[in-house]
Amino acid sequence: MSVNINIRNITKSFGEIQALNNVSLDIDQGELFGFIGPDGSGKTSLFRILTSLLLPDTGTVSVDGLDVVKDFKKIRNITGYMPGRFSLYADLSVEENLNFYASIFNTSVKENYDLIKDIYSHIEPFKKRKVHALSGGMKQKLALSCALVHKPSLLILDEPTTGVDAVSRMEFWELLKKMQKINITILVSTPYMDEASLCDRVALMQNGNLLAVNTPQQIIKQYKQQIFAVKTDNMHPLVADLERMNKEALVYRFGESIHVSSNAYDLELFESELKTNLSKLNHKDIRINKISPLIEDCFLALMDKNVVE
Amino acid sequence: MNKNDHIIEVRDLVKRFGSFTANDHLNFTVSKGEIFGFLGANGAGKTTAIKILSGLSKPTSGVAIVAGFDVAKYPNKVKKNIGYMSQHFSLYDDMTVKENFRFYGGIFGLSRKSIREKTEYYLEKLKMQNFRNMLLKQIPLGWKQKLAFSVANIHEPAVVFLDEPTGGVDPITRRQFWELIYDSADKGTTVFVTTHYMDEAEYCERVSIMSEGRIEAIGSPGKLKEEFGVNTMDEVFVQIARTPLDPPIGGTDRGNSFKKQVN
Repeated sequence: MSVNINIRNITKSFGEIQALNNVSLDIDQGELFGFIGPDGSGKTSLFRILTSLLLPDTGTVSVDGLDVVKDFKKIRNITGYMPGRFSLYADLSVEENLNFYASIFNTSVKENYDLIKDIYSHIEPFKKRKVHALSGGMKQKLALSCALVHKPSLLILDEPTTGVDAVSRMEFWELLKKMQKINITILVSTPYMDEASLCDRVALMQNGNLLAVNTPQQIIKQYKQQIFAVKTDNMHPLVADLERMNKEALVYRFGESIHVSSNAYDLELFESELKTNLSKLNHKDIRINKISPLIEDCFLALMDKNVVE
Repeated sequence: MNKNDHIIEVRDLVKRFGSFTANDHLNFTVSKGEIFGFLGANGAGKTTAIKILSGLSKPTSGVAIVAGFDVAKYPNKVKKNIGYMSQHFSLYDDMTVKENFRFYGGIFGLSRKSIREKTEYYLEKLKMQNFRNMLLKQIPLGWKQKLAFSVANIHEPAVVFLDEPTGGVDPITRRQFWELIYDSADKGTTVFVTTHYMDEAEYCERVSIMSEGRIEAIGSPGKLKEEFGVNTMDEVFVQIARTPLDPPIGGTDRGNSFKKQVN
């Protein structure tokens, strides 16, 4: 059974630092919902409030009709939480950790083995090994097994893929999609923009505020400027050169090319001027392509706007 | 030392831990001023190799020459000539920004005057003048990483090793970090960097990709994409790094994976 979540006007400060600033958000049953945002944007504080580990200064959160402050015991029973910082017991074995978490929730590994077997089977051959001797990828799988062992209806994952290689990240997301199918509401935060496009909806957070909440498709659709992907023979100084000649435009490095966004009225003119000006700066082999925005372009633009304002 | 000299030269480098081979006959060179991306899946053996190249660990066999010194024979001379930024944040949280610069500058034997000048230079460059007396723990991750990079460069090393410097860092700060890398490389510092962001692999002049202790591919991003017949480094990486030992979680094709392992 999955749950819905209603977040209303949540504010949280730590001394002078405003971690969350009047955040309101509804998450539907069975959604795979992503939180994207830089370090310090408030993602972890929000997750800690949702899991009843932190009290908000003002505002309310209900999870499946339960209040995170009053009904915290019930909420903890239905929530699986994987904190950003690895927090299993290093001096216990794989198996001991899993049994420990199962027994806390008055259940057993055997009872819910079906739920965790896809992940746990990968580390089961090493079940006698102490956790401190596991590789990063194995620790991540064990942490997820422990968060799932009591069959939660809500799963909250704080940066589960940070520091994880591209292949393991892909596999991790295949797994999340699979769990969503068995009716678990999943909240996940990530610093990887490409993972945003794998969520049903995403919220972009910065400085304790929600900058945007929408489906990845809608976020891309709302990006109104034209993006040009620019490549030359001399990529090192290209960002600085493009920024100097386009004071208004956003200029960001994107893998093998540099993206320049423009709201110029005459795009053909903009493009030919780019080319002329780059030639003047001794760039050769200049290639400019019009492309559609990636979700990362959209987030960079939203973040930039927020900084300026 | 002229421009074409190899600042890193690795020949048949092997590192074993018991029966486990973490680095299996590595061979490669890196030129002065080059940005070299050292890629691979978690557990492929990258950190082991970096520890050997920076004089922190001895090879089981083979030779590695870094900045003109054999790492096994002269580890301390190697350490003097390199900068190292670990994937776990390496500055002191309970010291201020200024104190961290002074501490690391002191370790490398810089004069007080020179430390002062370097501190001012980097704070101005990072636009962090107002942070000088703040404790490190009060500063957001992305800013800390830019500081750690500057501190790793304080003694103007020939090579700087960066082990996942941008992990978990936001997209804007990540890009600012790469402008710092370009700046350093343009001044002649060799940059040896690991990352899990495949767009960053494109920013390197050459990359190597490790899998299970071996270097499976090496070359410019352009050349590798051509070789593998794909459009992105992400696809190159997936082809090489999807190892049979670690089948897809949730995987229905486990049988196939294990068969591949046997072959």
